[in-house]
Amino acid sequence: MSNTVDDKIKTFDTRTDANVPIESPLAYTYRRSGAPAPDKNSKAVLHERPFLGHLTLRGGAIVLDEALRSVLDMSLPAEPQSLLFDASGERSVQWISPDEWLLIVPGGEEFELENRLREALGDAHFAITNVGGGQTVVDLEGEAASELLMKSVIYDVHPQHFPVGKGVTTVFAKASVILRRPSETRWELVVRRSFADYVYRWLLDAGAEYGIGVQR
Amino acid sequence: MFYIYCPYCGEHREEEEFHPKGEAHIARPADPESCSDEEWGDYLFFRTNPRGIHHEMWVHAVGCRKFFNITRNTATYAILETYRMGEQPSITDDTREPLEVAQTPTETTPADNLEGVRA
Repeated sequence: MSNTVDDKIKTFDTRTDANVPIESPLAYTYRRSGAPAPDKNSKAVLHERPFLGHLTLRGGAIVLDEALRSVLDMSLPAEPQSLLFDASGERSVQWISPDEWLLIVPGGEEFELENRLREALGDAHFAITNVGGGQTVVDLEGEAASELLMKSVIYDVHPQHFPVGKGVTTVFAKASVILRRPSETRWELVVRRSFADYVYRWLLDAGAEYGIGVQR
Repeated sequence: MFYIYCPYCGEHREEEEFHPKGEAHIARPADPESCSDEEWGDYLFFRTNPRGIHHEMWVHAVGCRKFFNITRNTATYAILETYRMGEQPSITDDTREPLEVAQTPTETTPADNLEGVRA
C-alpha cells in the first residue's frame, strides 16, 4: 500500500490562478468595528498576519522529524509546548499534541511543501492537512501585551512560566486559541477563522485601557 | 476549581480546559455476539458510583485533545493521580473488587505519575 502523492493522495493547491479577491478573516470586522491606528501612547499593538500557510502534521515523531529535516532543514520539537523557528524566523513548527504538530510557513509555500513532505514520508503512517483556510495569526506587541493576555487567557503568561519558545493551546475568553511566544516582546495568537471577529473585538475592548492600536 | 496535571502535556492546567468522560477501565466484551442481554446492558449502561476512590476518564479538550485517566476521591474531590491511557492506576481502593481490565499491563510504573493536585 502506497501513500505517495502520485497514486493515492490527490493534493490540490488552494491558491488558484483564478482572479478571485481574497479577504482576511477580519476584513468585515475592520469595516464594522474599526481599527484604531496605534499612536505613541499605545501600550499594545495588534497586527494580523493573514494568508499564511498552515499545515497540521500528524504521525510518529521520528518519521516526521526526518522528513522535516530533509525538506525544511528544521527539527520537530519533541518537548510538549515547544515552538521552533527556522533561521529566517518566517517558518515555525509547534508541538500541539504527542502526535500532532502545527507548521506555519509564508503564504503560498504550503502546497509545494506539503507535496515534498509527502514524498519524503513515503509509505509512513501520517496525515498532512492544510488548515490555512481555517485559521489566522494575530500578533500582539507592546509593553502591556502580557497584561492584556492576563485578562483574556486562563493560562499563566508570567515570563517564568511562559518563556520564549513556548506555545500552548488554551482558552481565550470564551473561545480557544493557540498562544505562542516567538520573542520577548511579541505574542502570537493562532485563531480559528470563525472566532477571529470575536477575539479581535475582545482584544479591542480589553485593550482600550492600554490604548490598543491596530497596525494594518 | 481543579488544577489538573495532563500526563501528555506534562504540566498542570486549569479545569476549564478539560471535560470528564465517565468511568475508566470499562472493557468491551470480547465477543459481543455471545453476550446475554444483561451482560451487554451492564457494559453499555451501568456504572459504578462509589463513595471514595474512583477511576475516571477525562479529556484535555482545549489542549492536546488526548484522553487520560484520573484517580479521584468522590467524597473529597481530591485528585490522587493522573495517568495515560493503557496504564494502570497505582492507587486503588482495596475494598473494591480488582479492576476488570482486558488490556495487558504496561511496562511503565504508575508511581511516576503521582502528580495530581488536591482541589
